[in-house]
Amino acid sequence: MRINLHVWRQPNTEAKGHIQLYTLDDVSPDMSFLEMLDVLNEQLIQKGDDPVAFESDCREGICGTCGMVIDGIPHGKQSGATVCQLHMRKFKDGDDIYVEPYRHTVFPVIKDLFVDRSAYDRIIQAGGYVSANVGSAPDANANPIPKGIADLAMDAAQCIGCGACAAACPNGSAMLFVAAKVSHFNLLPQGQPEKATRARAMVKRMEDEGFGGCSNYYECEAACPKNISVRFIAKLNRDYLYAAFKEGV
Amino acid sequence: MILDSKVPSGPLEKKWSQFKADMKPVNPANKRKFKVLVVGTGLAGGAAAATLAELGYNVEAFTYHDSPRRAHSIAAQGGINAAKNYQNDGDSIWRLFYDTIKGGDFRSREANVYRLAEVSANIIDQSTAMGVPFAREYGGYLSNRSFGGALVSRTFYARGQTGQQLLLGVYAALSRQIEAKKVKMHNRKEMMDVVVVDGRAVGIVVRDLLTNKLESHYGDAVILATGGYASVFYLSTNALYCNVTASYRAYKRGAAFANPCYTQIHPTCIPQSGDHQSKLTLMSESLRNDGRIWVPKKAGDKRNPADIPEEERDYYLERMYPSYGNLSPRDISSRAAKRVCDEGRGVNATGKAVYLDFSDAINRLGQKVIADRYGNLFDMYENIIGVNPYKNPMMIYPAAHYAMGGLWVDYNLMSSIPGLFVLGEANFSDHGANRLGASALMQGLADGYFVIPNTINAYFGKGKPQTIPTDHPEFKKVEVEVQERITKLLNVNGKQSPTQLHKKLGAIMWEYVGMARNREGLKKAIGLIQELREEFWHDLKIVGPDSYLNPVIEKASRVADFMEFAEILAYDALMREESCGAHFREEYQTEEGEAKRNDKDYSYVAAWEFQGVGKEPILHKEDLKFEFVHLGERSYK
Ligand code: FES
Repeated sequence: MRINLHVWRQPNTEAKGHIQLYTLDDVSPDMSFLEMLDVLNEQLIQKGDDPVAFESDCREGICGTCGMVIDGIPHGKQSGATVCQLHMRKFKDGDDIYVEPYRHTVFPVIKDLFVDRSAYDRIIQAGGYVSANVGSAPDANANPIPKGIADLAMDAAQCIGCGACAAACPNGSAMLFVAAKVSHFNLLPQGQPEKATRARAMVKRMEDEGFGGCSNYYECEAACPKNISVRFIAKLNRDYLYAAFKEGV
Repeated sequence: MILDSKVPSGPLEKKWSQFKADMKPVNPANKRKFKVLVVGTGLAGGAAAATLAELGYNVEAFTYHDSPRRAHSIAAQGGINAAKNYQNDGDSIWRLFYDTIKGGDFRSREANVYRLAEVSANIIDQSTAMGVPFAREYGGYLSNRSFGGALVSRTFYARGQTGQQLLLGVYAALSRQIEAKKVKMHNRKEMMDVVVVDGRAVGIVVRDLLTNKLESHYGDAVILATGGYASVFYLSTNALYCNVTASYRAYKRGAAFANPCYTQIHPTCIPQSGDHQSKLTLMSESLRNDGRIWVPKKAGDKRNPADIPEEERDYYLERMYPSYGNLSPRDISSRAAKRVCDEGRGVNATGKAVYLDFSDAINRLGQKVIADRYGNLFDMYENIIGVNPYKNPMMIYPAAHYAMGGLWVDYNLMSSIPGLFVLGEANFSDHGANRLGASALMQGLADGYFVIPNTINAYFGKGKPQTIPTDHPEFKKVEVEVQERITKLLNVNGKQSPTQLHKKLGAIMWEYVGMARNREGLKKAIGLIQELREEFWHDLKIVGPDSYLNPVIEKASRVADFMEFAEILAYDALMREESCGAHFREEYQTEEGEAKRNDKDYSYVAAWEFQGVGKEPILHKEDLKFEFVHLGERSYK
């Protein structure tokens, strides 16, 4: 099939970007979206042009390295999938496709579709862990955990840190990302000792990084390639209130 | 070069505790004076960096990713083995040790493997304490599943995302140390070389992938945890950035490279769909717990699978290996798939696939149970192939997956360059000629959480190494050499992209150095690799800037190293005139087509010493002494 690709080109962070049109013939429906971009890039290299810079690594939807906006939606219109899992059979012959980087002030464009998502790392650094040094652990079966709780924690823990939630949010909030990590730990008995400090520290770091607040648009849930539920945001709000109560503020 | 394994004497089950008892620990107050560089932040490297920082060492960690959370360990699906015996099915440290030695076809070092089995239980305890959400039963206790090559149920898992959850556990621990300023994290920096002064590794040269500038870093010890080299086959289950550069550059600086020919071909991957294919996706072999593998009995049978009656199907693994059946080890399952496809019984348009059928399990247990166990894998399959695997059997085919070979290390995980340690998939240490499923996560975490903190302590206990400033002439010299190589890449001005050339290399490797090898083919491969390397250096084309982010340069630099490394792999395969584990030489097979090992002549680790590009490296042998196990036939019948 034939595809008209409108791709955001921006040589570096300071430069002004623009949309460039590329037409690709012979796109196979079995190709993944990124393989289609690979084909484009090989053609650009042959012509001596700078290929489109984009990030991807595992190409199976688990590492969170890929991420771009396709026709206005982070990771594209296929729900519950990363862009590396999107296949060309979801498009039609003759389609116009718009490909842009995440648009978010906290995720500056490095080049083309390549953005800097290091703010997510810094949010985790603020408290996204259980402080258990190696060597200090009791037997793993010493503390049984109800299956339902463990499963729910696992639902939250599936987040791949791709940045789509903040990129999709009209407020530019990273609340779903923070909620997923806080819930993962705060649901489990292991996470209880740091429950209050974790919620506060991570939300504060999110705000300090310049992300907006949540006002329940739920665009994040729709864009999340791992289908992480906004109910975790409600849980985060409860934990946050609990923290405020504990600290008497 | 003398290869001293430094295995402590004494009974097998006492060696590790004796080692720890004998070492002279570093005074806690002095630990921060020791600087450790950790390259790679996957399971092994991330765990090492976090744990060494907890102990008080001054750690700097490096990754070429934008974040340590992206490392390829994240893609491991099925699980992690541990000798917990929670199922009361007779598991023990000894049994896990023996299964691993046997799985590796008796080509690994007893003492290392025993230590791995010994610390396996601690990994589960530690990960659970850190909040890794392993699967649980209704009673709240941890759940287990079975994996290939074992008759006990000892694999812990977190849905089909065990690697992800364990890596995120490591990433969390590392993040805590970064916040505490105990680890200095360098993202988007790729190691380009090791610096050796007076025979000791004293640091590394890295390339900043955003600015393309080189930097030198000093370390009292350098740890490489940079993963495996399966991407030498171009198409593999490895992530796109995976490469051999760090290990290979260390090899060029004098570190011995051990058993490069032991490369695992994973039996359950999604088959290739076309020439555009950039990687192959693995389907966890845990699927083989409930899926049955078959092909039509008749060659060329192109009927719809549902139309092929039961008696015209060949469940060939169940037929050939009745006691392990669909759970036979990876190398055996892969070769069996190749054999039935070579007989013309393969399915799919390409004839290069076999069925993995869940209909019996769905009838027996219901779709809900199967969806609970493998839901995300089924979704992934449907996404890629566009076929619903609850209704139609999956199609699978083997693909390059894991490197058992790697840099040679002694019992301390130290390479043949003093001060240079190698962890996880990057070393050769624990899996012999073949790795069992769910053992890679175990080894990465064992090395990072439990082994290196002790062995580095023993190393530093001998005294603080002399600090070498990064303006030392050797650092400068290595920087110049690295820069010259990049400039050389930029100046070829040919016609082919790095990816095109990488594909060509992969085709040679898969054809002659893949699942089945023979003398003629390997000799031919060596010639073809040498020719292709010439072609690379005469016809490479690089575009884009050289002073700002440029993925084309990154790729070219990695492919350049694969072009050299591939030859060592072929030499190793040619030298090893036996079949063992994943290394199958067609000349050495039994009448039934099984691998024929030769313990008399080849019971050794082959460690290669660099002699120059295009020159045959020198072979050093570390004899494998089996004091505690009897070298049995590796039968899964
Ligand atoms: S490349 Fe890993 S999630 Fe897409």
